[in-house]
Amino acid sequence: MREREPKLVRGPTPRHKEDDQVVYIDSNSAPRMIFSGEDLLLEDLPIGTRVIYSKPPLEGLANPGAAIRYALNHPLGADPLYAQLAPGMRVTIAVDDISLPLPPMTTPDIRQTIIEILLELLDANGVDDVHIVIANSLHRRLQPFEMKRMVGSKIYGAFYPDRYYNHDAEDPDGIVPLGKTDHNEPVNINRRAVESDLLIYVNINLVPMDGGHKSVTVGLCDYESLRPHHEPQTIRDSDSYMDPAKSMLNRKVERMGAIVQQHMNVFHIETALNNRMFAGATAFLSKNEDEFTEFDRLKFEAMRFGLSKMPAAAKRKLFHAIPAQYQLVSCHAGQTDLVHAKIVEKNFEQYMVGIRGQADILICGVPFISPYNVNSILNPLLVQVMGLGYFHNFYRGKPILRKGGVLILCHPCYDEFDHEQHPSYIEFFNRLLPETRDAMVLRHKYEEEFAKNPSYISMYRRGHAYHGAHPFFMWYWGENGRQHVGKVIVAGAENAHVPAMLGWDRADSLTEAIAMGRSFTGPSAEITLMHHPPIVMADVE
Amino acid sequence: MAAAAFYDLDGTLVRTNLVHAYAYNARNQQGLLRSLTRTLSTMVSIPLFAAADFYSRRAFNDLFFRRYTGESEDRLRYLHEELFENVIRKSIFPGAYDLIDKSKRLGLRQVLVTGALDLTVIPLARHLGIDDWVTNRLEFVDSKATGRLVPPIIAEATKASWIRTYAEKEGLSLSECYSYSDSMSDLPMLSVVGHPTVVNPDFRLRNTALAHDWPILDLR
Repeated sequence: MREREPKLVRGPTPRHKEDDQVVYIDSNSAPRMIFSGEDLLLEDLPIGTRVIYSKPPLEGLANPGAAIRYALNHPLGADPLYAQLAPGMRVTIAVDDISLPLPPMTTPDIRQTIIEILLELLDANGVDDVHIVIANSLHRRLQPFEMKRMVGSKIYGAFYPDRYYNHDAEDPDGIVPLGKTDHNEPVNINRRAVESDLLIYVNINLVPMDGGHKSVTVGLCDYESLRPHHEPQTIRDSDSYMDPAKSMLNRKVERMGAIVQQHMNVFHIETALNNRMFAGATAFLSKNEDEFTEFDRLKFEAMRFGLSKMPAAAKRKLFHAIPAQYQLVSCHAGQTDLVHAKIVEKNFEQYMVGIRGQADILICGVPFISPYNVNSILNPLLVQVMGLGYFHNFYRGKPILRKGGVLILCHPCYDEFDHEQHPSYIEFFNRLLPETRDAMVLRHKYEEEFAKNPSYISMYRRGHAYHGAHPFFMWYWGENGRQHVGKVIVAGAENAHVPAMLGWDRADSLTEAIAMGRSFTGPSAEITLMHHPPIVMADVE
Repeated sequence: MAAAAFYDLDGTLVRTNLVHAYAYNARNQQGLLRSLTRTLSTMVSIPLFAAADFYSRRAFNDLFFRRYTGESEDRLRYLHEELFENVIRKSIFPGAYDLIDKSKRLGLRQVLVTGALDLTVIPLARHLGIDDWVTNRLEFVDSKATGRLVPPIIAEATKASWIRTYAEKEGLSLSECYSYSDSMSDLPMLSVVGHPTVVNPDFRLRNTALAHDWPILDLR
């Protein structure tokens, strides 16, 4: 009897490996670990799936203090800081808020290290009129304990609350109009910063979108000044907003930054961190699963089991309590553009992984955190901004997903909002999205109503709420993703109404989502998993 | 379409309440003995007022305003001017000014809807730049207070119905109106507009606001 030939399983042909961080799933591959909110999934991916891992962390500087001092004494395009100081000067130090870095880093936060050095220098030069302003723009005010963690108890004790405070974009006396760009974009900036003899901006550049002129023109502005670039068309015209050279957002911010430079003396200190998000007991979370040791597997299973037994709030608390182990890899100071160019280069060096070809189906696990929910809940609008906003824009060249492809997000999509931090998000989600998901319509019809809602303004100024207009910005942030992606499927969504409200499909599991995706794109779809976190971006050929 | 912001007063925009106003009146009676007895009697009655208020705002009003029986209208007016300068002005929550200012910038008509007495409210409303107000009013016969209120008594659901009538009369769109209150008894007033907001809420009202996804303000 003739023996039957084994049946060949047809799948996508594996391509040449394009980068050390790119792995193709084969029959011997281990299942992949994927974040889904506060849970960890372990998923067998189809053979041929491309998995893109983040690069190993760049080596941290051995002596960050020395690097910072060197940067202050050898600035780019400016006089050394000590040479710019004189007794009796009025100086303001502006710092990035808690949205950077993510998750918050172990103490001492790099801002504390820099500000300690700055204060010594200012003191030595007889400068005692110093304020520290958190450049939170329309983000929420930080809680006192968060402010203390950011700069350390010594500085906090000496400066809080009179000389260490949050920027207030709604203070009628606290904002000064500096002028308009030739495109009629108003530039309104924090009064204390404008009226200072010197503004020192202390930045953390977690991703290439951060820093540069955005630090001052966005961090210290008001609603009117934010509107020209936090709008849907600007985001549509940014390809991507993580690539400053092709970002309309960046272009507009630079125009506005030029006005700032005409009126203010800004000394910019920028820093780049490595991507050492997990270290020690949690280091396995950033490893290639094929390289797991038995101990890694044990830790992973223990963690997964533990998480499966915990209520969502406890899991959230646990994850938010684990600080990232970031290290300083670069620090430059001086003139904004020159400094920023150097730091962005370092960001790209850390994050960019070269890949060949776009995917038909892109899978992204959405973790528990975004820039807008530190110590809070990743609500549905923030899941949206992570998927269609950040993850979609983590590219240079071409999007990772082909036009019209399928984006699969792993997240429970719980219908939960933080009433203290995100009150206007609740109204946006429940009142506006059922009417329309069109960003242009939302902007023209409702943005101003939310922005000028006295209750939301009061909650922003007196409480710890994001500004009334902020949910709109979050929606616009996903606009180029929304225009590009053919279908979004949420794998593991615990309900149907949240994905439906966002205009997405849902699936019980990732396997089901992939099957749904294939029925949309065709059975031989190229599938790619971006193995976030830590952050990874792609240079797409 | 035009819209308005409706504010409850006591506990919402100011720290004081009806009892503070009456206590001021009691303390400033003619004669030391009379002042002392009225003040003591007010203090002793506070648990009773609290219990009545917990049960129903109407029951509280019935019980409370009887204390004004026999007071002269002129003297009450004089004392309430003083009350504003000496007590209420200092009791306005710091966030109240900003809230009203932002609300005015939005073009909203500013309206107080309060169970406090007109005597107390008028100087305060002028100070805050309020456009319109509805309050409770003591009934006077021969310039002496009878201890009763002139109907309709502004409390609970009456506030909501007054707002509805007012909006109709003034051509306001209720769905674009705002209302602010600190009290569970004002749930109808909060529910009748498109933008209800609770202010400095107690536990019960906070939970209600969370259940309805209403914004929660702290103006203190």
